[in-house]
Amino acid sequence: MEIFDTLAYYFQFPQVRYALIVGVLVALCASLLGVTLVLKRFSFIGDGLSHVAFGAMAIASITGVLFSQLQPIIDSTNNMIIIMPITVISAVLLLRTGKNAKVKGDASVAMISVGALAIGYLLMNLDVFPKSANISGDVCSTLFGSLSILTLTPGEVWFCAIVSLIVVVVFILFYNKIFCVTFDEDFARATGTKAGLYNLLIAIIIAVIIVISMNLVGSLLISALVIFPALSAMRVLKSFKAVTICSACISVFCAALGILLSILFSTPVGSTIVAVDIAAFIVFTIIGGVKGGFKR
Amino acid sequence: MAQLICDDLALGYEGQEIISGLSFSVDSGDYLCILGENGSGKTTLMKTILGLHKPMKGKILTGDGLNRDEIGYLPQQNSIQKDFPASVKEIVVSGFQGRCGLRPFYNKEEKKQAEQNMQLMGISHLKKRCYRELSGGQQQRVLLARALCATRKMLLLDEPVAGLDPKATEEMYSLIQDLNKNHGITIIMISHDVKAALQYATKILHIGSEIFFGSRDEYLKNVNGRGES
Repeated sequence: MEIFDTLAYYFQFPQVRYALIVGVLVALCASLLGVTLVLKRFSFIGDGLSHVAFGAMAIASITGVLFSQLQPIIDSTNNMIIIMPITVISAVLLLRTGKNAKVKGDASVAMISVGALAIGYLLMNLDVFPKSANISGDVCSTLFGSLSILTLTPGEVWFCAIVSLIVVVVFILFYNKIFCVTFDEDFARATGTKAGLYNLLIAIIIAVIIVISMNLVGSLLISALVIFPALSAMRVLKSFKAVTICSACISVFCAALGILLSILFSTPVGSTIVAVDIAAFIVFTIIGGVKGGFKR
Repeated sequence: MAQLICDDLALGYEGQEIISGLSFSVDSGDYLCILGENGSGKTTLMKTILGLHKPMKGKILTGDGLNRDEIGYLPQQNSIQKDFPASVKEIVVSGFQGRCGLRPFYNKEEKKQAEQNMQLMGISHLKKRCYRELSGGQQQRVLLARALCATRKMLLLDEPVAGLDPKATEEMYSLIQDLNKNHGITIIMISHDVKAALQYATKILHIGSEIFFGSRDEYLKNVNGRGES
């Protein structure tokens, strides 16, 4: 019962409860588009975007420092105002270049993502920061998620909750369209579906998801949050609806378990969640193998 | 008035023409076979008709009550679909998406019609199965049922029997003929199979270095006149 006592002790603090709420919501959103991303070979775009978000974070911190005289308290909710549009615009640009036959999609993604990473790190080391600032600590937590997400403010929790809700509602409303565009874009376009528009919508949702996941798992680990639940569900289930629902459940379960474990063993939240996701993937692969008689 | 008129089309990629001076028309109830060697631009032509590519020159007109987005399409299999987790039912009903506009879900009428189309294609018993586990012939029927949801007027088929065994090929051809004869659906089919084309089609379009368009009988005369090619 020692474990439960420890957990009960921690849950007295509102920050711990916030962390759990945000973690579950973010995990839910992240898993929704996983199937589409994996099947459309868009997973690399997700990865590229997360690096862009890192660069944007650097820009946000710089402007935060520059304006710090005017605004005594710069919290990361304000950073979101900068990070969100930059990432969304990059998502749109990446999608555009992906279609252009002259610049290969994956090359342009590599270019943008590595570029953003480099510029981001460069900016973070500029002189505008007070010398005392713990730069490597900042960078590390932006890349791999905070050591504990217990620093969330109520403002951030609300922001996350509202954005997650919007993402879920948009996903449900456009579920059939997303299915159609993912399964067969040419057919969709030929029979009058505005495929370009829905691709854009998908890219924007991905960007939004990445930005809100940054607090939880950090920019390097976001792709894992998006892709693992979908891949796990795809091992076992056979219809798009079942796979989507199942991956959402896996993701929520793994996130909750990951957060609890990270509290108990004081491990970094992001990597603990991803580790649980990997474990789930292995379990589902085995189940899928047993069900399919290992023939594939 | 013809259902589809292509007038002096030129097709190609990035400024390079593959075909030019292509004119033909398709009437309601026609069964047109498009023949030609690999790389002669058959699929490009089909995608242009569907509005996925822009023609470099010329016009594509539709008439006789046919809208441009009422052309159903049976594509060649793409790599995404090979491991796509989707049930047959989900795929068939997705044919209605073009008509939905901003409406988020399919209505009862559409679901019922999807059931009927599955019955017509003889795949009702597969409705809950996963698409990727089906045989090639069954997959083609699923996609055909989906195309029927999108339109009841005109179907474009891109090598519908590619990769099928002889029995499935035979079944596919007779399904298509049934749609053409008994349901009044105009068929435009790309094919490598000259023999089958001559057996079922009423009109032939041959593209390549020489362009031929005319009825099946005219095509036979033309070919015989020059000796078997």
